[in-house]
Amino acid sequence: MPYALCFLLFMIGLYCTVVKKNMVKIVIGIMVMEYAVNLMLIMLGYHFGGVAPIIEKEHVISATGQIAESFINASVDPLPQALVLTAIVISLGSLALMISICIRTYERYGTFDITDIRRLKG
Amino acid sequence: MNVPLPVFIAIPLATGFFMPVCGKKLKSLATVLANLATLSLVVLAVSVIGQSNVYKIGKWPIPLGINLVLDGLSGLVLLVVSVVSFAAMLFSIRYMEQYTAKPKFLSLFLLMIAGMNGVVLSGDIFNLYVFLEIASIASYALVGFGCEHEELEASFKYMVLGSIASAFILFGVALVYGNTGNLNMAYVSRAIQSTGLNKGLTFALGLFIVGFGLKSALVPFHAWLPDAHPSAPAPISAMLSGVLIKTLGVYALSRMIFNVFGVSLQIGWVLMVLALLSMIAGAFLAIGQWDLKRLMAYSSISQVGYVVLGIGLGAVILAQDGNLAWASLAILGGLFHLANHAVYKSLLFLTSGSVQMSTGTREMRQMGGLAEKLPVTRAACTLASASIVGIPPFSGFWSKLILVIAAVQAGFIWLAAIIIVVSLLTLIMYLKVQRYVFLGQLPENLTGIEEHKGSMLIAMVFLACLCVLMGLLVIVPDLKAGILDPAVKTLTDGVSYSVKVLSM
Repeated sequence: MPYALCFLLFMIGLYCTVVKKNMVKIVIGIMVMEYAVNLMLIMLGYHFGGVAPIIEKEHVISATGQIAESFINASVDPLPQALVLTAIVISLGSLALMISICIRTYERYGTFDITDIRRLKG
Repeated sequence: MNVPLPVFIAIPLATGFFMPVCGKKLKSLATVLANLATLSLVVLAVSVIGQSNVYKIGKWPIPLGINLVLDGLSGLVLLVVSVVSFAAMLFSIRYMEQYTAKPKFLSLFLLMIAGMNGVVLSGDIFNLYVFLEIASIASYALVGFGCEHEELEASFKYMVLGSIASAFILFGVALVYGNTGNLNMAYVSRAIQSTGLNKGLTFALGLFIVGFGLKSALVPFHAWLPDAHPSAPAPISAMLSGVLIKTLGVYALSRMIFNVFGVSLQIGWVLMVLALLSMIAGAFLAIGQWDLKRLMAYSSISQVGYVVLGIGLGAVILAQDGNLAWASLAILGGLFHLANHAVYKSLLFLTSGSVQMSTGTREMRQMGGLAEKLPVTRAACTLASASIVGIPPFSGFWSKLILVIAAVQAGFIWLAAIIIVVSLLTLIMYLKVQRYVFLGQLPENLTGIEEHKGSMLIAMVFLACLCVLMGLLVIVPDLKAGILDPAVKTLTDGVSYSVKVLSM
C-alpha cells in the first residue's frame, strides 16, 4: 500500500510536469517526482518498529562473538538512506541548474509561459 | 598493460575541476591541459582494449563495495568515447574562441567525459545512475552554453525530459533493490536468474526501457533531440550525437537487458519496433529540414535506430531459437554501426560548425557554392556523407551490409528491405546538404569568407581518415577479433556475465 501511494505521488509529479504551462511549476513537478522516488527508497529499508542499525555491546552474543539474530531482523536497512542522500544531492544540483536556466529564460523572453517561448520548430 | 580502472574517471574529473582555477589569465594552459587529458584517455583506452578486469573500490568485496567492470563491450564504448572526445576537444581549441568563458566550457566538457566513462565502467546500478546524472547535468549546461533565446529554450526542454528520464531510472533502481536486495549488477543478475522475473522487476524493466529510451532519443521519446543538439556549440553537438546518446542510452539499455535481466522475445521485439520507428520517422523528418544542424540531428535519430535494430534483432534471435552465430552477426552489425556512427556523425557536426563559423548561419537556403571557399570542410563533409549513406569502401557500408546479411539470414527479408530503403532516404538528405551548402551559386554576402585554419582542420582530417579506415575493423581478422568480437561476446553471453564478474 505505501508503495502504491509513492507511485501515486510520482504520477502526480509527472502529470504536473506534462500539463503545466509555467516553467517554475514544471520544475516543481520534476522535484515532486524525485522526492516520490526518494520516499520510496526510504520505505524499502524501513519496517514498523525498526531500530537504528548501530551495533552496541548488548547486540553481540558474547559466547560466539556474533551479532544477535534478533538485532539483524529488527534493524532498519541503512543502505537506502545512503542512496537517498546521494540522490538528494544530485537532484539539488539539477534543481539549481534548472532554476538558473528559468531565470535566464525569463530575462530573455520576459515570461515563464512555455506556450510563448516557442522559437524552435520543426 | 594493467591499468587501474578509476583513472578513466579520475583524469577527466581532476582536470575538469582544475579548469576554473585557471581562470581567464591562464586560458591557454587550460586548453593544453584539457587536450592532454583527452589524449591520455585515448592512449589508455587503446591499451586496455580487449581486456577484462574488475576493480573493487577500496578493496571491499563485491556486494559490499562499488566495483568497476571492464569487459569487451565497455572497452569498445570507452575507445569510441575517447576518440570522439579527443577530436571534439581539438576542434574546440579554435572554435570556442568565439565564446567568452572557455575554461568553464572545458570544465563542463571534461565532467561530461568523466560521467560517460563512469557509466561505461560501472558494475553497480546505482553508481551507473550517479554517473549518468553527472554526464546529463553537464550536457544540459553545455546545450545552453550560449545563453541566447533558442539555446535556453532547448536547454530547458532537454533538461525537463532528461530529468524525467532520470527519475524513471531511479525508480527502476529502487524497484530492483526492493525485489532483489542488491545493487551490484552481477548479484542482481544472479538473483533474477534464481527467482525469475516477478511483477516488480518487470515493471522496473519497463521503467528502464522508457528512461534509457528517453536518453537515447528513440522515436516516441525523441522530442528533445532535434532542439538540443543543434543549439549546443558544434563540438558539443558532435559529442552529444556521437557518443552521449549511445553511452547513456544504447549502452546502458543493452547492458541492462542482456546482462542483468536476460533477453526475452518480447523485449527483443520492443527494441525492434522502437528501432524501426526511429529509423523511418527520423529519416522522413530529416529530409524536410532547412537548418543544417537540425537535419543532422534528425538523421542521428534515424541512425541510432540502426544500432538498436541490430541489438534488438540479436535479442530476438537469441530468445527465439538461440542460433548463436546469427545473433552474433546481428549484434556485431549493431555495435559496429555504433562505432561508425560516432565517428561520422561527429565529423558531420564538426563540419557544420566550421560552416557556421565561416558563414554565420545554419540556414541552408542562405548558403551555396561553399565548395571553393571551404575546400577541406567540403572534402570532410563529403567523406562523412558517403560513410553515413553507405557507399562501399567507407565505414557505414560495412555495418549496414552486416545488418542486411544478419536480417536475411534470420529470415526477416522485409527488415533488410527497410534497412536499404532508409539508406536511400539518408542518401537524399545528404545530397540535399551537398547541393545547397557546397554546390550551386555563392551568395554575394558570402564572397569574403574564408576557412578557419589550425586545430579545426586537424580534428576534421583526423576523423575523416578514421571514416575511411574504419572498414578495416571487420576486414582484418586480427582487428575484428581484438576489438569487436569481445564486445559482441559480452552481449551474447547474456546473464553468464554475473559468473564472469564474480570469478574475477
